[in-house]
Amino acid sequence: MAEITLETLPALRSLYRLQWEEAQQAWVLLYPEGMVRLNVPAAEILKRCDGTTRVAALVRDLEHAFGASGLEGDVHEFLREAANHGWIELAQ
Amino acid sequence: MAGSNLPSEPPRSGAPLWLLAEVTYRCPLHCVYCSNPLDFAKVEDELSTADWKRVLREARALGAVQLGFSGGEPLMRDDLADLVAEADGLGFYTNLITSGAGLNEARIDELKTAGLDHIQLSFQDSTKEVNDFLSSTRTFDLKVKVAKLVKQHGYPMVLNVVLSRLNIDHVDKIIEMAVALDADFLELANTQYYGWAYLNREHLLPSRTQIERAERVTNGYRAKLGGRMKMFFVVPDYYADRPKPCMNGWGSVFLNIAPDGLALPCQAARMLPGLAFPNVREASVREIWFDSPAFNAYRGEAWMREPCRSCPERSKDFGGCRCQAYLLTGEAANADPVCALSPRHRVVEALVERAQTADLVPTRPLVFRERKASRSPTPA
Repeated sequence: MAEITLETLPALRSLYRLQWEEAQQAWVLLYPEGMVRLNVPAAEILKRCDGTTRVAALVRDLEHAFGASGLEGDVHEFLREAANHGWIELAQ
Repeated sequence: MAGSNLPSEPPRSGAPLWLLAEVTYRCPLHCVYCSNPLDFAKVEDELSTADWKRVLREARALGAVQLGFSGGEPLMRDDLADLVAEADGLGFYTNLITSGAGLNEARIDELKTAGLDHIQLSFQDSTKEVNDFLSSTRTFDLKVKVAKLVKQHGYPMVLNVVLSRLNIDHVDKIIEMAVALDADFLELANTQYYGWAYLNREHLLPSRTQIERAERVTNGYRAKLGGRMKMFFVVPDYYADRPKPCMNGWGSVFLNIAPDGLALPCQAARMLPGLAFPNVREASVREIWFDSPAFNAYRGEAWMREPCRSCPERSKDFGGCRCQAYLLTGEAANADPVCALSPRHRVVEALVERAQTADLVPTRPLVFRERKASRSPTPA
């Protein structure tokens, strides 16, 4: 597993589709014959995993959007988990 | 479909998140483990394109999001791409569950344009001999060609191989074939005993030694392959000591529509007596899902008998599978007898014991899924 740094470019793998589901009032991750329901922070991070946004910018953007600070640790932790699940690819 | 993939927390409203559209029972293959009903040949009056589109719209409005096109062989329907396009426009994640028969370059292009998201391709084995024997067709070479087409067109590909006594010892070769074909997922799904598989159970149920070896081999490859290809290994129910949470509970997340419009809580439920399953030709999906007596028959826990009724595990496994309870005990409301706590568990133990015989000679011949066999009142 590649290490996650502020320079890492995370991207949602093409196998997965992120979608808002009105009936569930939640973002879900869809893949062959499966679905994961996401909580709000997970969805907000994955939405920004577009392959062109570096982790540093992703964290700044999130902190700005939520009027929060010190999110870097949480973002790193979630990205590691998402990479372990195979949801995202990590480029440097 | 791998049960482990079902959403683990259905919303309070209990929407049918998973819609399986069995668009036809027609199929060029004759697999000995087919889960279609034994009397599938009686079903000739398939839903029209307009009927299916209405079903898709109504189910989507209720919250259905995963959609499987299945059968039979769904490619036997000329309007498949039309249905996929409708589903894609509605926001479904669309899965084609196919034997590969009928999937050529033109057809796969047409489906891609329609917005199909994923293709699950079945193989019966890693060898031409056994693949072609179990399906009673010459389809192995075709399937290899189709697998390449699927990948060339950029689809995620799940390979599904149904395991049984007759092919489980090839599991290492099956895994290597899936790697060579660049599958994203491999489902090693041991046969479950419904429909034609129930009829052929003596031929198909593996021995414990076979299952343990296959699991060991699969775990070995998991370690070797890392995250490259995800593998699901589904153990046959008969070898479990607790039942599976079948369909995540009756009428909980799964809705199956049969080719003639019959709405079912699973693919096998059609044969359960005493339940009047509703038809989408006569009722809306909403009425069927929430209000029909058939979908409420085994919902929740009120229907349960002992030992399920007072069992601390009842909210985890929902008493197992109603179809299995019916097939093996004669009553769908009984505990699934694969459960060691079931007073009828001995029935399953006896079947498992017999499967340990090294040179087992089945008491009747293997029956292939064919129209002629389906039309006779007792296909055996």
